[in-house]
Amino acid sequence: MNNAAKILAFCIAGACGIAHAQQEAPRPAAATLTQPKGASQPVDARGFIHRWLVLEPVPVPGRLTEAAVQEALKSAALPGDALPSGGETVTINGNSLTWHAHDTLQYNFNLYHFAWSLSKPTSNVLFWAVTTVDSPGEMQNVRLAIGSNAASRWWLNGEPVIALNDDRQSVIDDGVSRRVTLRKGRNVIRAAIINGGGATDFCARFLDENDQPLKGLTVLLP
Amino acid sequence: MGMKFGVAALVALSGPVHALDGEILVHDPSTVITHNGRYYTYGTGNGLPVLTSEDGWTWKRAGSLMSAVPGGKAGPEVLARGGNNTWAPDIIHVGDKFFLYYSAPGTQPKSAIGLLIGRTLDPQSPDYKWEDGGPVVWSDGIEDSNAIDPGVLLGPDGRLWLTYGSYFGYIRLVELDPRTGKRRYPDRAPVNIAINSEASILIYRDGWYYLLVTHGSCCQGANSTYNIRMGRSRKVTGPYLDNMGVDMIEGGGKLFAASRGRHVGPGHFGLLDLGAGVQKFSLHYEADLDRGGVSVLDLRPLLWRDGWPIAGDNLVPGTYILESARTGTVLELAVQGSPVGGFRPRRGGPPGSGIVGSGPPGGAPPAGPPPEPREGPPIADQDPAQVAANWPATSGVRLAPAMLQAQQKWVIAPVANSGGYPGAPFFRITIAGTERSLTAVAGGEVSATAFTGLPEQLWRIDQLTDGSYRIVAKAVPGTSDVLALSAVGSSMPTLARFDAASDRQRWLLEAP
Repeated sequence: MNNAAKILAFCIAGACGIAHAQQEAPRPAAATLTQPKGASQPVDARGFIHRWLVLEPVPVPGRLTEAAVQEALKSAALPGDALPSGGETVTINGNSLTWHAHDTLQYNFNLYHFAWSLSKPTSNVLFWAVTTVDSPGEMQNVRLAIGSNAASRWWLNGEPVIALNDDRQSVIDDGVSRRVTLRKGRNVIRAAIINGGGATDFCARFLDENDQPLKGLTVLLP
Repeated sequence: MGMKFGVAALVALSGPVHALDGEILVHDPSTVITHNGRYYTYGTGNGLPVLTSEDGWTWKRAGSLMSAVPGGKAGPEVLARGGNNTWAPDIIHVGDKFFLYYSAPGTQPKSAIGLLIGRTLDPQSPDYKWEDGGPVVWSDGIEDSNAIDPGVLLGPDGRLWLTYGSYFGYIRLVELDPRTGKRRYPDRAPVNIAINSEASILIYRDGWYYLLVTHGSCCQGANSTYNIRMGRSRKVTGPYLDNMGVDMIEGGGKLFAASRGRHVGPGHFGLLDLGAGVQKFSLHYEADLDRGGVSVLDLRPLLWRDGWPIAGDNLVPGTYILESARTGTVLELAVQGSPVGGFRPRRGGPPGSGIVGSGPPGGAPPAGPPPEPREGPPIADQDPAQVAANWPATSGVRLAPAMLQAQQKWVIAPVANSGGYPGAPFFRITIAGTERSLTAVAGGEVSATAFTGLPEQLWRIDQLTDGSYRIVAKAVPGTSDVLALSAVGSSMPTLARFDAASDRQRWLLEAP
C-alpha cells in the first residue's frame, strides 16, 4: 500500500529533506540517462523524443489539482522565455538550479532517476523540460502526445497545448493536443511536470492525422 | 461460456447497491479466502487486522493476525530488510498450509515482503498459530522497486507466483516454492512485468494469465483516484498487454473497475472462485459515501467477455422480468393476463377471414391508396395493484411469453436480518403490487404465496460469469439439497440442482 498521499504527508513533515540531507556521498549516474552524443538525434521507431534539457527540481507543494498546478507554475516560474542551454543555472525562489542535457535510453525520461542521481528531492517538486524538434517541412494537423507522472503542462512554440492534472501514471499518449502545425525547421517544446510522490517520468511524441507516430523528426538541444 | 446476456438494462432500475454488511472497514484487503465454511480477509494496519464472516455478507473484525505470531510482530530479518509497518497482505492455501505474504515497508522504497505460515485460519483451533517465514523479496531503497503489495497465484500447472511493487518503479514477478512458500530460485533476478502501479495480482483462465493492478492514488477518501486495470499474456512472465496492445511495463492497462454509484476508488482485486460458474472478486473502495467516506470491503460478481474479466455489480433491488435462458419465456403468476391497454380486435387477417381490415376472398386487391396509418395516444403501464385485485387466489407460477403484464413483474428486494452470501443479502421475489412471493415448496416445486419471511421464501441470486443469474432457495422443505430455480420445457418452472453446463437454471433479469 504505497501512495502519493502518504508520501506527501511524509515529506511535508520534513522527513524527505532529512533523508536527502543524510545522503551526502555522490550518487551514481542515472542508469537510464546518458550525455547527448552528436548535434542531433532522430526520434525513435515509435516517434518518441529522447533528448531533453531538464532543470533540477523546483520544490513546490506537490498538490495536483488544476488550481494547485497553476499556483505551482507561478511559484516555480522560469526567469524568462529565453531558451536555456546545458550547464546554465537559474535562480528560482532563491535556489540556484542547473539545466542538464540528457538522452534517455528508454522511450520515457525518468525524472526520478534524474533527480535521485543528483541527490535532489523527487517528491513535491516541479521539473522543467525543454527540447527542440526539427521538421523537414511544415506539417499540418499533427498532434503532440505525451504521458506524464504526474500532472503536467506542455507548450509548443510558446502556445499551451496540453494540460494534465491530478495524480496519474505515465501512460503513452495520455495527453494529446488539438491539431497543431509544425513549422519547417525548429519547433520548441517546453514542459512542466509536477510530482507529488513516488516515481516520476514523462514521454512525448507527435502523431499524424491517423494517430500514427511521426518518425521523420530530428531532435536538437536548444 | 462466453458473455451472452447484457446487463446494461439494469442500470435504469432504482435502489442503492450497498457494500457488504457489518464491520467492513478495511484498507488493502487480501484475497478473500474460505476455510471450514468461514470467510476471511486481512488488511493494512497494526498487526494485520482480521475480518471474518460466516456467510460472506455480514462481517466482523476479529483481532489481528500478528497476535498469533511468536513475538507479536514481524521477524527480525523482515524488519532488517524492510521496516515495522504491516500493510496489504495476500493469502493462499497450498496443500496443508496457508501462506500469508505481507508488506513490511520502512522508509519507502526500502521495504520487504514477509511470509507467515499457518495450518488453520480458525483462531479457536488448537493448531492456530503463524510462524515467521522470513522475508521473501525486498527492495533496498535505491533500485526501481518498492517491495510492497504482494499478490499470489497458484497456476494451473501447480507453480506458485508472487507479484509485488508500487509507485517506485516496477511491478515484479518471482516464482515461489509451493512446499515452503519461499522463493524457488532466490538467485534469479525478478521479472519486471508492469510499472508504477500497485496491488498487483495474477489470475489465470483459458490459457491466459491476467495481471490486475491498481492505478491512481489512495488514502484521500473521496478524492482518491484508485482504479483497477489489467493486461493479459499467454506466458506468466509477460508481456502483459492491454486491449490496445500497450505493454503494462509502459503504463498500459485496460480498465477493470472505476468509481461508480456511491463508491469511490476501487482497488486491491482478489479472486474468489465459488465454482459452478460463480466467480466473485474482493476489493476495497477508498470511500463508501454511504458510510461517511471510509474505506470498506466489498465482494462483486466477476464476469467474462471476449477473453477479458468484467467487473459485475451486485443486484440492484427493483422490479424485474425473470426470463429463462432455457426457454426465452418469463416467470409469471398463473393467472389470465390482460393486454396492456386492454383487448382490441385484430387488425387485418387472411383474405376472406371476415376480420376487420382483411381483404376479399380472392380477386383484385382493394382499389385506392392504403388507409393512412394513425398513431394513438400513449398507453399506460398496467398498475399491478389494480390488476391484481381481479386475480383469483391461485398460488401457481408458470412460464409464458413476455407480455409486459402485471403478473410477470417481480419486485426483488433484500430481506433485512436474514443473512446472505458472498456479496449480497437474501432477497424476496414478489409479484409487484402484491404479497405473493416466490416460494420453494416440498417436492422441489415453486409457488407464489404470501410473504412470511420463512427460509423457503428467501433467495440467493448470484450473477454468473456469463452475466445471467442463478436463483437458489435458501431452504427447500423436506430436503437439505441446494436447489435452483429451473425451467422445464417451455412453461414449467421448478427447482433442480444447478448445472453449470446448462441454460436450465440460468435467468436473465431484465427491466420490464
